Amino acid sequence: MYSRAMSIGHTLLALLETGPRHGYDLKRAFDDKFGHDRPLAYGQVYSTMSRLLKNGLVEVEGIEPGDGPDRKRYAITDAGITDVAAWLAQPEKPEPYLQSTLYTKVVLALLTGRSAQDLLDTQRAEHLRLMRILTTRKRKGDLADQLVCDHALFHLEADLRWLELTAARLDQLAQEVRR
Amino acid sequence: MTAHAAPAGSLLTATDLRKTYGPTHALDGAGFAIHPGEVVAIMGPSGSGKSTLLHCLAGIVTPDSGTITYAGRDLTAMSDRERSALRRSEFGFVFQFGQLVPELTCVENVALPLRLNGAGRRQAERTALDWMRKLEVDGLKDKRPGEVSGGQGQRVAVARSLVTGPRVVFADEPTGALDSLNGERVMQLLTEAARATNAAVVLVTHETRVAAYSDREIVVRDGRSRDMEHAI
Ligand SMILES: Nc1ncnc2c1ncn2[C@@H]1O[C@H](COP(=O)(O)OP(=O)(O)OP(=O)(O)O)[C@@H](O)[C@H]1O
Ligand SMILES: [Mg+2]
Repeated sequence: MYSRAMSIGHTLLALLETGPRHGYDLKRAFDDKFGHDRPLAYGQVYSTMSRLLKNGLVEVEGIEPGDGPDRKRYAITDAGITDVAAWLAQPEKPEPYLQSTLYTKVVLALLTGRSAQDLLDTQRAEHLRLMRILTTRKRKGDLADQLVCDHALFHLEADLRWLELTAARLDQLAQEVRR
Repeated sequence: MTAHAAPAGSLLTATDLRKTYGPTHALDGAGFAIHPGEVVAIMGPSGSGKSTLLHCLAGIVTPDSGTITYAGRDLTAMSDRERSALRRSEFGFVFQFGQLVPELTCVENVALPLRLNGAGRRQAERTALDWMRKLEVDGLKDKRPGEVSGGQGQRVAVARSLVTGPRVVFADEPTGALDSLNGERVMQLLTEAARATNAAVVLVTHETRVAAYSDREIVVRDGRSRDMEHAI
């Protein structure tokens, strides 16, 4: 299923692409846009930032005087921008309950000035590719194969409807996320 | 993104099609290409220009500008008479709602394109019945369209679209009025029959499970087409 830990790194990185921030600002931005059901723990921001720092994807732009972990101001590096671009361009493996990852990617593409339409089209093509494979398997298989494939096909179809609807509402979504 | 240079070996190619209806740009630089035996799905939002594209490709509607080439011939340069002769001999059509003639029996409906091309009644109905058997509706041969179900009528329409041995079948929402099971059966029979005869199928649909029977997909938005193979 959706690996939250993996994409939190990319999500925070992409949020940094919109401008340097302190750890706490980053957490607030994340919670505001994606954390409705589950706000991020500050410890997680901290551990994620040290991993990104170690991998050269972010750098510390300034340290403010005082105590506490929030004195560091992080900025994305060129390697970090390349990493965000690669993540956004890579379609997700079509599987159930993908929406949260896709939603996150769409919002981040809009925030970082990339084409959300391209992202949705790439994902759409990937979904349809899998639907074709399942349809061929269904055509050649017995009833059990047909039923198993149909179940997967209906789920993929639901995802695709969501992709279509989102594509049709991109302008509206862009206005809302940039507010 | 909208440019489709005529790929080698393609049967039907269109480039930079434009068509306006009053202030509406139904097509605004759309392109298309299909190979013999290929099934291509045309998808996209309602009103985006899918049917207009299909009608242009089939020579039913003339675009304001752009080129359409079928088997090396320029469709837009033909006379109306040449175009309708081409439609009758080389193309087959299936639409969403019963385009069957209500006064004729099912087998007479299927035989009609052959009769219009000059075939004798007995020969035409024998060929028609072969196709009805392939589409599993030969049992309905003496019924009138008003006496068969939507799914059955659609299979009769598919049989009729294939009866002349067309090189391209144009299908606009052929499953639009059917439930999933019947819709899929129609798609399965249509694509199998088309593959067996190496006919190309241009399929407009808004259902992705129907589009999954295609080899390739084109998305039309605001009168412009995007070849989804190159989206990845
Ligand atoms: N004969 C016509 N006269 C005037 N306007 C037309 C005509 N045919 C199409 N249009 C307009 O051109 C645009 C594209 O229409 P088209 O029928 O190609 O859309 P579509 O993609 O097939 O939509 P749907 O999915 O609803 O069938 C629409 O705005 C439609 O209103
Ligand atoms: Mg239409």
